[in-house]
Amino acid sequence: MSKPNSYRTGPDAGGRFGIHGGRFAAETLMPLILELEDAYRAAQADPSFREELDYYLAQYAGRPSPLYFAERLTEHFGGAKIYFKRDELNHTGSHKINNCLGQILLARRMGKTRIIAETGAGQHGVASATVSALFGLPCTVYMGEVDVERQQPNVFRMKLLGSEVVPVSSGSRTLKDALNEAIRDWVTNVADTFYIIGTVAGPHPYPELVRDFQSVIGDEAKEQILKAEGRLPDTLVACIGGGSNAMGLFHPFLDDDGVEIIGVEAAGDGIETGRHAASITGGRPGVLHGNRTYLLQDEDGQITEAHSISAGLDYPGIGPEHAWLNDVGRVKYDSATDADALAAFQMCSKLEGIIPALEPSHALAHVAKIAPDLPKDHIIVMNMCGRGDKDIFTVAEMLGVKI
Amino acid sequence: MTTAPNSKNGGRARIEARFAKLRDEGRAALVTYIMSGDPDLETSAKIIAGLPAAGADIIELGMAFTDPMADGPSIQVAGLRALDAGITLKKTLAMVADFRQHDMETPIVLMGYYNPIHAMGVPEFLAAASASGIDGLIIVDLPPEEDAELCLPALEAGLSFIRLATPTTDEKRLPAVMANTSGFVYYVSYAGITGAGSADADTVAAAVARIQEHTDLPIAVGFGIRTPEQAKGIASVADGVVVGTAFIDVLRDSLDAAGKATATTVDAVLDLSRDLAAGVASANRRAAP
Repeated sequence: MSKPNSYRTGPDAGGRFGIHGGRFAAETLMPLILELEDAYRAAQADPSFREELDYYLAQYAGRPSPLYFAERLTEHFGGAKIYFKRDELNHTGSHKINNCLGQILLARRMGKTRIIAETGAGQHGVASATVSALFGLPCTVYMGEVDVERQQPNVFRMKLLGSEVVPVSSGSRTLKDALNEAIRDWVTNVADTFYIIGTVAGPHPYPELVRDFQSVIGDEAKEQILKAEGRLPDTLVACIGGGSNAMGLFHPFLDDDGVEIIGVEAAGDGIETGRHAASITGGRPGVLHGNRTYLLQDEDGQITEAHSISAGLDYPGIGPEHAWLNDVGRVKYDSATDADALAAFQMCSKLEGIIPALEPSHALAHVAKIAPDLPKDHIIVMNMCGRGDKDIFTVAEMLGVKI
Repeated sequence: MTTAPNSKNGGRARIEARFAKLRDEGRAALVTYIMSGDPDLETSAKIIAGLPAAGADIIELGMAFTDPMADGPSIQVAGLRALDAGITLKKTLAMVADFRQHDMETPIVLMGYYNPIHAMGVPEFLAAASASGIDGLIIVDLPPEEDAELCLPALEAGLSFIRLATPTTDEKRLPAVMANTSGFVYYVSYAGITGAGSADADTVAAAVARIQEHTDLPIAVGFGIRTPEQAKGIASVADGVVVGTAFIDVLRDSLDAAGKATATTVDAVLDLSRDLAAGVASANRRAAP
């Protein structure tokens, strides 16, 4: 494949990134999906939309998030200089709020009066519940039963925020099934309901608009690293489930040739065991949830269950733009196991006083792998996309501690 | 099999012939949806074999998928039963080929989601589907925007691509939705998932009239039709009546505690088909144009 002039021009008019993306949606939803695209184009052209979004990002979510030099971890590894983009400091504790604020402002422009969302770890559910409370709209969050069980604090948070949490008992009872159920709700209530998709997936224009709302992460990081170091970083690292935090960090850097970009998928018990959530490493292209992308599936095209200690990465697909960035070779996709992530989780807590979510613990596990062998003037920026308070029960159980 | 059934009277031709015959008889089509391989392959084959004599004019065969986003709980669970029993897309095609040994007239339409076809590969699938005697495809997650994927190659291969039109398909969109549709149009009577609502004959009549302004194809109506009474009501305003979840439910109710077929399973499905066919036949049809 020849190198494109820019990696930042996608998707095309049909919502494609190479062969990936598209609009593989039921007819009932198509008119609304087209209306959403029109509404988004109008919002993009309207400076007051951006102004309103920037206001809430700054005053409500607490942006910009700091770019922090993780000095003790850097010392510990003895190699590359490690910076964290601290998106776990946002209101609600993760990067998810960036996207939810953007989408709910769009929902209001479209006159929608009800919000639905899916959630895995509960971070997107909490962010959706939060913005729904902020704007006084009723919100229903679909969450797999398995995830309801392992993310109790977030379930309670959503309820406190006034949202209804619907446990999903079909299929593998995790994130993909929550998505199916949210889509079923959407098909049924298409006239008044806005579906806030939490990641860079789904039918066009969702992957594009979620990417755009998350790109604030990379835009800020670029400015901040130039100020701190006077140059761009050598390596970006972020974890990937659907891939919204990664896309938000990566996208503004895609055309900066010298910047190496690495996405870290969840390898669960190990890729070789088949019990993992690494769609690029262990899957192949297929069509699910409105787009074509790499999917975990069997020979007959049936979707297979993903496995990860992290509920937020426990999804058998990946955003279509990541799938394309893999195909053209601009981004490298690697993976980290449950055990690697758990070790990184503890190390970061002890050495930096930051309890990371299990999701970015995967990214940190990869940093731990590469940093020691890199020169001291090599700069790594890693997205610390969520905080780990929600994960303490899961981690305690893994460590055999009763709390 | 020595000849490809679609080369002479299969595919679009078989569906057209069936609707022409029904027009002559002055009645609407009963379109029966069952899940291929539910509750097991053998029982499923018996049901398919028995449906034409039990009044089914067109058979819709569900292709099981792990993530059926437009379906309600009944059809979701039916798909999982079929997958547990070992159904695959290839086995479904083989089952249809067997059916075609005895029945060259009843159209069979595959309904489901794109990924199992995508996994097999579109050219391989179309060749195998034509050779097995499949006549048409209804693929829920392939709107006109994605026609290049499967719709156009399927038409090229002589299969019908039957489009779903819904209450949200507005005037602006209808021409695009009808453009590459063939065989018949499947009107979804309400916005929602299968088995969740109820079709209202008056609303449906208005919708059918609206769609007829954009197509000469027969219009079948599905979603929310469970009883002979309802079938009668819809058959008086549309060219076909599609029943799905009600079949899945009577099949489910006939299973034993372990979810296996019993002696009553096949008859439970066929009895419902006969009752629905009687309902359809008793409809007061509007005068043919």
